[in-house]
Amino acid sequence: MDYLTLLQILDSTLRLATPLLLACLAGLFSERSGIFDIGLEGKMLIAAFFSAAIAATTGSVWIGLFAGISASVALALLHGLASITFRGDQLISGVAINFLAAGLTVLISEDWFQQGGRTPQLAGTARFNPINLPFADTLNSVPILGPFYKEVLSGHTILVYAALLAVPLTWYILFRTRFGLRLRAVGENPAAVDTAGVSVTRLRYSAVIICGILCGLAGAYLATGFAAGFVKEMSAGRGFIALAALIFAKWRPWQALGATLLFGLLDALGTRYQNIEIVGFNVPVQFMQALPYILTVVILAGFVGKAIPPRAGGQPYVKER
Amino acid sequence: MATQKTEGRPDTAALSTEPAIELVGISKAFGAVQANKDISIRVMPGTIHGIIGENGAGKSTLMSILYGFYKADAGEVFIRGKKTEIPDSQAAISAGIGMVFQHFKLVENFTVLENVVLGAESGARLMPSLTKARKLLVELAREYELNVDPDALIEDIGVGMQQRVEILKALYRQADILILDEPTGVLTPAEADHLFRILEGLKAQGKTIILITHKLREIMEVTDTVSVMRRGQMTATVKTSETSPEQLAELMVGRKVLLRVDKKPAQPGATVLKVDNLSVTDEDGVLRLKDISLSVRAGEILGIAGVAGNGQSELLNVLGGIMAGTGQIQLNGEDCDLTGKHSDGQSRRARGIAHVPEDRQRLGLIMDFTAWENTIFGYHHDPAYQKSSLFMDNNAIRAETALKMQRFDVRPPDPHLKAKSFSGGNQQKIVLAREIERNPDLLLIGQPTRGVDIGAIEFIHQQIVALRDQGKAILLVSVELDEIMSLSDRIAVMFDGHIMGERLPSETDVKELGLMMAGMGEGA
Amino acid sequence: MDTTPKWADVILIPLINLILALLVSGLVVLYIGENPIEAIKILLNGAIGSTRGWGYTLYFATNFIFTGLAVSIAFHARLFNIGGEGQAAIGGLGVALVCLSIDWPHWAIALPFAVIGGAVFGAAWAAIPAYLQARRGSHIVITTIMFNFIASALLVYLLVNVMKVPGSMAPETGAFPKGTNLPNAYQVLGWFGIPFNKFAPLNVAFLLALICCVGVWALIWRTRLGYQLRAYGHSESAAVYAGISPFRITMIAMLISGGLAGLMGVNAVMGEAERLVIDSVQGAGFVGIAVALMGRSHPLGVLLAAILFGILTQGGIELEFEIPAVSREMILVIQALVILFTGALENMVRIPVERMFLRRKKRAS
Repeated sequence: MDYLTLLQILDSTLRLATPLLLACLAGLFSERSGIFDIGLEGKMLIAAFFSAAIAATTGSVWIGLFAGISASVALALLHGLASITFRGDQLISGVAINFLAAGLTVLISEDWFQQGGRTPQLAGTARFNPINLPFADTLNSVPILGPFYKEVLSGHTILVYAALLAVPLTWYILFRTRFGLRLRAVGENPAAVDTAGVSVTRLRYSAVIICGILCGLAGAYLATGFAAGFVKEMSAGRGFIALAALIFAKWRPWQALGATLLFGLLDALGTRYQNIEIVGFNVPVQFMQALPYILTVVILAGFVGKAIPPRAGGQPYVKER
Repeated sequence: MATQKTEGRPDTAALSTEPAIELVGISKAFGAVQANKDISIRVMPGTIHGIIGENGAGKSTLMSILYGFYKADAGEVFIRGKKTEIPDSQAAISAGIGMVFQHFKLVENFTVLENVVLGAESGARLMPSLTKARKLLVELAREYELNVDPDALIEDIGVGMQQRVEILKALYRQADILILDEPTGVLTPAEADHLFRILEGLKAQGKTIILITHKLREIMEVTDTVSVMRRGQMTATVKTSETSPEQLAELMVGRKVLLRVDKKPAQPGATVLKVDNLSVTDEDGVLRLKDISLSVRAGEILGIAGVAGNGQSELLNVLGGIMAGTGQIQLNGEDCDLTGKHSDGQSRRARGIAHVPEDRQRLGLIMDFTAWENTIFGYHHDPAYQKSSLFMDNNAIRAETALKMQRFDVRPPDPHLKAKSFSGGNQQKIVLAREIERNPDLLLIGQPTRGVDIGAIEFIHQQIVALRDQGKAILLVSVELDEIMSLSDRIAVMFDGHIMGERLPSETDVKELGLMMAGMGEGA
Repeated sequence: MDTTPKWADVILIPLINLILALLVSGLVVLYIGENPIEAIKILLNGAIGSTRGWGYTLYFATNFIFTGLAVSIAFHARLFNIGGEGQAAIGGLGVALVCLSIDWPHWAIALPFAVIGGAVFGAAWAAIPAYLQARRGSHIVITTIMFNFIASALLVYLLVNVMKVPGSMAPETGAFPKGTNLPNAYQVLGWFGIPFNKFAPLNVAFLLALICCVGVWALIWRTRLGYQLRAYGHSESAAVYAGISPFRITMIAMLISGGLAGLMGVNAVMGEAERLVIDSVQGAGFVGIAVALMGRSHPLGVLLAAILFGILTQGGIELEFEIPAVSREMILVIQALVILFTGALENMVRIPVERMFLRRKKRAS
């Protein structure tokens, strides 16, 4: 493998990791506050649809982005309503939201566009276009680092940079602000927060809304930055892979970056080397397609056996009698 | 020694004739249960006021109303003479009320400092808040002699220090009125004394303290006034100096209560249980039982005294087949397998060991199962319960349950009711009936009367003694020293996974046992 | 206290949940510009207005009974098996392998072996996630979802590369030998002289599903194993106290669950398609979740809910035919709403109902 190929793979890695990273951080906020969320997939999907649909009809990707985020937040609030206010089963709620998104996106796209469940192709201002970072071309001549800067770091759409920025931002919010302290507390022992006079409900809803916003960014990126339009079921299990990355990262922001980059790398390798020969045995393309899912299982089985989630995770808060 | 905190509050000394707290006509119902009925009480400032009552008498509900957790259906609250609405904890805190709960409300993987500051931070950014809080915390700790390490993680410090953190939380928020709910459950007698000294120090500073407890001894030792609750109502308020434990017990229950168990002397036979060099490590890799040796004979009750968390639970769990361990356990001369996990409950029962667990709701019963389903819990493999090789004989099980419920005076005696519908005492009776009527050679029993009302306590103690008189061996674990002293034929004290010593009840007293429970006195 | 009567718990609350789900669905139909009342009429007529309708409805219901029972039994052990889709697919593979293995002389001989094949393959597909949950604590929800994706990829690979009819482009196996064809409703009812639509796919697998309903009921409430499953499902710590092995129960519950899902292959692959195609499951694994929730994990409830969803599925197909704007995905939306209302938003209905019964009791006393 030559250096240019390596750079192209790393470039792909960043692009493939971005939706995972955003979804992973979304899950981080939610789960740290004690709300399990397996509906990341559904929120991404509905955001992908609405961002693409609105971008197509208005011609502006930014309005589309706003629409996508709104849709994701709407589903997030539904999950919050079920989990927090009605103290329902959080896993079931997540599953329902995934189905709801899957059904609604096709139904509405059929109704609006009659194209068999997809939106029209996006072009121009209706999608995010690559941004060249300053001095990318001039620095290109610098050995090793120059091409790295030009090929891997520069030339991404804005949401990729937003995702990378979200990591230190998340860290700061969680560990350096009053809100973050309270959020982490409510996921470990909500009674401690309640007896200190702080609203458990308000904290958890905040976390859920942040989760919705980040999933919205992830979904919008898929349809308007990564691809150029919405296609039925385009999230393809990424929401679940993001969950696996979250567990792998032990619910920490910087580790989440590492975990999602890893998954992104494997995905990039899989796409590039569709037909691999190992010891004369032709690895089928379906295996490469299934690789991210197989890897998720391996990670959950192998290294992660004893990762400790937030102590109060998944349990609705009921005041003791 | 006033710090900057007391501005805006009337000088408590000047208004010492006005109650710090007055509740008038407080009532609260949960569904069909009337937890508080028309309660009126006055707590004078600068006193330690005790509230005593059995489990379910309504004490915790009343305090929860005062702390803003529940909204009373009727009645009014007056703080320092002013009518006050307390819709949530924030309002209670603003009114100067601080509460130390029975089960601590601390975040285990935060530091002491973070726990104290949580909810009372001084700004949106965390680091400046923490710096400011640290200074204040150190001052407060010094002023009230509450030693804590601000940077220690809660999960690493002992219960005594955790409790001090809880008190500091309240003081940090400028509480004038401190409510403590069953504070000594997790403390050794010495630590409890230390706590009482702290409380008396706070009282001297003009704080008002409400002490909720079911322990008569504590009321007599440290309170100035005591109010008695029974079945949701306030039955009496008396000056502690003018009453006695017997009178209080009678007020709690409504009739004369036997505070000591009547029993004949023991007639022990052959050794049933022999434990040698038993060590147990928990799932976090911490050594909980350290090379224990003990024995129990037929017709004898061995009482294990000690503060909760010193290895007694692990001892019961290993003997009951819930945990694995190393060493030797012999039942009637034959070894028991110590290495297996999880399915060993079956083999233990087959050998003749019955187990009434410490936590009946989490271990001993399936709360959502009916009484008859719980009657076979743990014994479901018994062929006697099978109608055929495939199916169980549910009708026979139900009939047997009805009989058991009568024999053990379970109320209501309905096999079809779910376990969660019974009171604590009746739940315990269901468990006891199940374990005792298996006619075991060895009965393991932990905290037999926790959460059980006084009337049922008498019955349960009688059942245990009756089993002993039938020639069975009994291993009793309890944090209630009174229970240990009155039931046991021999007492062993556990501290930090070791047995500190064995005594006969007639040859020792609470003070000596208390010292051993705290790790002092000679070792085993 | 148990003041809410059993009938309210088992019938009233699920019924209210269903009505809520349908109401919201009706709003969606309105939104895309169609008449919900018309839609319901077409749906019901298409589903139960003729023997053809009934034939399809009950055929779909059979699939949902298998997958619904699968989810139910895992639910009793507090395990959320979302892998029904993959387990049913692999079960279908097992059924196909059995049917294609020899030239079966008669369906009554082939059927028991096909049942075993479907059950064993379905159980095997559930075994790895089960083991990982039981031994390593890996969350079964995520692992089973992953296995759904893996199953899909595996089947595509097999059907395109290994099991395809040589020389054909279609990714499917050849037709099963005639000796494996199960008699359909037309034939069976024909023995009794009862007329029925000739082409509807309802077949004897329906009877197998009914037998499974009874079997699961007996297993859960009349056997030692069922007792242990339920006990463990309520409280793991108590189960350990009672000497019930969490590992054993997790494995057994999931294996039975996977096996039940795998049996769907008998209906769909052997009974209807009579060959193995890509995506023989068509989302029935997920419908099974809705069915189990609506049926409150009780076999009778599962049966009724399965028929309900059969009606929705068949009716939905007819509806799409008549009103193209209301596509098949509408059923997915209804399914999601049912899961939402019966599962996650349960307390929204339950608490007011319980309060109402409490008030009635208070007024009476």
